[in-house]
Amino acid sequence: MSATAQNQASKIRLRDVHKSFGAKKVLAGIDLDIAKGESVVVIGGSGTGKSVLIKCIIGILLADSGLIQVDGQDVAQVEANARDAVNRKFGMLFQGGALFDSLPVWENVAFGLMQRERMSRAHAKERAVETLAKVGLNADVGELSPSELSGGMQKRVGLARAIAGEPEIVFFDEPTTGLDPIMADVINDLIISVVKQQGITALSITHDMHSARKIGDRITMLYEGKLIWDGAAKEVDRSGNPFVDQFVHGNAEGPIKMQVRR
Amino acid sequence: MNFLSLIGSVVLAFLGHIGRLTIFTATALSHCVRPPIYPRLIGRQMIDIGYYSLPVVGLTAIFSGMVLALQSYTGFARFAAGSENAVANVVVVSLTRELGPVLAGLMVAGRIGASMAAEIGTMRVTEQLDALTTLSTNPFKYLVVPRLIAGLLMLPLLVLIADIIGVFGGFVVSVYKLGFNPAAYITNSYDFMKPLDVISGLVKAGVFGFIIALMGCYSGYYSKGGAQGVGAATTNAVVSSSILILTFNYIITELFFGT
Repeated sequence: MSATAQNQASKIRLRDVHKSFGAKKVLAGIDLDIAKGESVVVIGGSGTGKSVLIKCIIGILLADSGLIQVDGQDVAQVEANARDAVNRKFGMLFQGGALFDSLPVWENVAFGLMQRERMSRAHAKERAVETLAKVGLNADVGELSPSELSGGMQKRVGLARAIAGEPEIVFFDEPTTGLDPIMADVINDLIISVVKQQGITALSITHDMHSARKIGDRITMLYEGKLIWDGAAKEVDRSGNPFVDQFVHGNAEGPIKMQVRR
Repeated sequence: MNFLSLIGSVVLAFLGHIGRLTIFTATALSHCVRPPIYPRLIGRQMIDIGYYSLPVVGLTAIFSGMVLALQSYTGFARFAAGSENAVANVVVVSLTRELGPVLAGLMVAGRIGASMAAEIGTMRVTEQLDALTTLSTNPFKYLVVPRLIAGLLMLPLLVLIADIIGVFGGFVVSVYKLGFNPAAYITNSYDFMKPLDVISGLVKAGVFGFIIALMGCYSGYYSKGGAQGVGAATTNAVVSSSILILTFNYIITELFFGT
């Protein structure tokens, strides 16, 4: 754990979190602390449970055991009617955008404002247009359907939806996957600007190392259900951990063995 | 031993399926009576289920009524002269009690059940259902409840219209092809029909509407994988709701008319 995280009360705190799907253990004792305003990136190969980790924190999945606290509150023990108050703290950018294709872009962005905060449609639309501007999209885009947008624009709209409700914590699930390098860097810059401007605590998962180095204050690596390394983002290239080194450099040879059927 | 374990695993999977469906139904029903309710979404679903299903249900009803009149006439003619007078009675009773609700139910299951499963299934595999949860919106309240309420309300309305159109189809064939007296046909239909015939059909329709929406939502909600999973969910929705419609048709008939 970094000095920052140790010195401040954790915004998010995980202790010995386990999650299995049948016989497959996905999370096998996760301990993680994220301080307020800190941006932590979890790296790891495909299928190592990075998305499951986020979904357990948000409450989409229920952890089998362990403690998950947000602002000191055990989110697994929250009553159904108090769940809404916890969810208000969260925003999430999904890997594929997960935009509601039955709604125009502005309604996607304003969805949480209208449903959660009971804001009028007119007022919510104004807020949606303002938020779209923050991610570099003009008001005309608001009238389009998500299917009319490019991948990069969908990510931006997803980001706008994630921050529209001014959440305290934002989760980024593979924010740059599937984008060209320039658009990926644009998204990275947008993430940094919105996270820093609004003082948001961020937990990102990615296997894009350029993105991880850029958006993370801290990087931690998930392998076989455990966080095997945790350190400052600038230290990731000299971690001294052979698993991290292999992953960072993208070497086929090393302690991480990919199961390839021949 | 392998054969026995195969039977065991099939039975366990079936029981698991029944248990999951029961919990899904109970959860959906509990959300039907707890706020927030989304009138705008219920209205949209009512238009989709009711208004847009009208052409297909209407066409099914009119041709069913026409065929029923023709078949009844030619069938009765084999037994005794003059029994053709029963055609009006057969048409009105068959349509209001059985053919109206069952055919409308099966047609709507094909059209709406499949569409619900495909839409919610796509939302599942593209993480839109997860996105709803992160935006503090319960997928049951937002997606399932409006469809259940709309199905429950619109199917009886559709069946009522289908009954009228079907009887009209029988009237057209009887009068213009078979040469029946129009006034006598209408009198026969009206005199023979009892309120319970129509009421039982409307009760069936309400139950069928609920089943169609329930199975469409359930199949979509638990779909897995990508396009193949959504395709399987669509098929499951139509097949399971059709089987349940025919099963509940017998149960309700037994309750209303069983001796």
